[in-house]
Amino acid sequence: MSPRRAAVSAALALVLLALPYALTSYYLDLATKMLIFALFAMSLDLLLGYAGLASLGHAAFFGVAAYTVGLLELRVGASAWVAFPAGLAAATLTGAVYGVLALRARGTYFLMITLALAQVLWGVAFGWRSLTGGDDGLPNIPRPDLGLPWSLAGSTPYYYFTLLAVGAAAALLVCIVRSPFGYALRGIRESESRMLALGYNAWLHKYLAFVLAAAFAGLAGCLYAYYNRFVGPEYLHVIRSAEALLMVILGGAGTLAGPAIGAGVIVLLENLISAYTQRWLLILGGIYIAVTLFAPRGLVGLVHDYRSRRSGR
Amino acid sequence: MSALGVHALSKSFGGVQAVSEVSFSVEPGERRVLIGPNGAGKTTLFHAVSGAQLPSSGRVTLFGRDITRLAPHARARLGLARTFQITNLFSRLSALENVLLAVAAAARVGFALVRPMSAYRPLHERAARLLEDCGLAQSAARPVRHLSYGEQRQLELALALAGSPRLLLLDEPTAGLSAAETARVVAMVRGLPREMTILMIEHDMDVAFELADRITVLHQGRVVAEGDRAAIRADPQVAEIYLGVE
Repeated sequence: MSPRRAAVSAALALVLLALPYALTSYYLDLATKMLIFALFAMSLDLLLGYAGLASLGHAAFFGVAAYTVGLLELRVGASAWVAFPAGLAAATLTGAVYGVLALRARGTYFLMITLALAQVLWGVAFGWRSLTGGDDGLPNIPRPDLGLPWSLAGSTPYYYFTLLAVGAAAALLVCIVRSPFGYALRGIRESESRMLALGYNAWLHKYLAFVLAAAFAGLAGCLYAYYNRFVGPEYLHVIRSAEALLMVILGGAGTLAGPAIGAGVIVLLENLISAYTQRWLLILGGIYIAVTLFAPRGLVGLVHDYRSRRSGR
Repeated sequence: MSALGVHALSKSFGGVQAVSEVSFSVEPGERRVLIGPNGAGKTTLFHAVSGAQLPSSGRVTLFGRDITRLAPHARARLGLARTFQITNLFSRLSALENVLLAVAAAARVGFALVRPMSAYRPLHERAARLLEDCGLAQSAARPVRHLSYGEQRQLELALALAGSPRLLLLDEPTAGLSAAETARVVAMVRGLPREMTILMIEHDMDVAFELADRITVLHQGRVVAEGDRAAIRADPQVAEIYLGVE
């Protein structure tokens, strides 16, 4: 790591650790939500930015994990020690099944299949009222009780809990994209036929990336179910998937940090703008068009261009 | 045992017979060149050997092993490497990263998930050596899409050589190159060890006659002649095909 990068990382870690002392609980909750969606966007970036797979159904894994948590907590009365890992496992398993189906297609067809597969789950969550509560969802999920000496019910402890989980997951994702596996994903994004000629089992790499992305999205889903204390069908909806795609593209696909920043920006804007208007989706669409026209490589791309112009390269 | 055996291979696309009943074999260490006018079936034959397309009928063997239906990546692991006629590289990655991917494939570390690529010193050393061998050491850090066409063709070759293949397929390695660049590629191919068997498609007759031990001539999907340089030069049928077409 370059000294500059190390300094930036250390500063970021300090700021994140100190946030509860600087923010009111309202804004601290907002920060928690930003962290959760940062993880969700980073998990999608593994597919879109590294493997070059544009999925419009990533909410499936987020939602499946959240529903698993909600159902186990409320319908079974399971403890978080069971519900949380079960949520992760359900997302991973869904990824393992959906990956087999979706990876038969590529490009736009991959996009359509992932969209359809996610909407199937949305339909189930929406329609199966007796189990999922339909569009009323599952309210009053308790914050996780891990049997620790302190409760996770308050804003500050849950913020730290989320920070720990998202930080660990982000570190793991960074390891993955820097590993030979991560390089292989970039190679597949650039030229799958060449990767095959070199001896890479491209399908298996893409499949593994898909399942890993599902698992990380599932972690975000678990955290969000406990954060919001509620699960509803909109967790699985294509709008959530599209929002995640936009977070990745806004921040800069293939950078991990970019999608995390993009997620923060979108969550913040949604929160600010919703105070004034119901037309958040309209504004989201406007942002998407602006990014595509003026910053096709996202915010990280803009910063990069600015820095290279200044250094005269 | 031959390095490459092609047995009664046919491939048709709809009603068009691209390759029909082609048989030939390449001995270990041999340099074999496939020539023939456009549409003779050279590329289709190449695809059947590399696994990019499956043949309609017939068999392909690699050192005695039947690989007719094997996936391309599985063939690569058996020691078959290829270059592409139309440059096929990882264009947004640097030259070094391109070669690293090839070297990592040969080292079978493609599924290593935790250690960063930068920690694999031997792979980096081997990649740097390969870049130096093909005169690209200065361009190691540059994205491949910013390299000249000649440099990209060199890199094509470097990627194919990274795994020390037993059988190397070269698809028009000198296409579009200047005279000086062509001479460089010819010298490089000449310098390859004889443990490596080479099958190449080549349109440039000077290059073909310079590199080939034996030449196979395809015309309209069939083998019309096969022999050493002198035999092919003297073959009246070959002269007719080439003069008739050009």
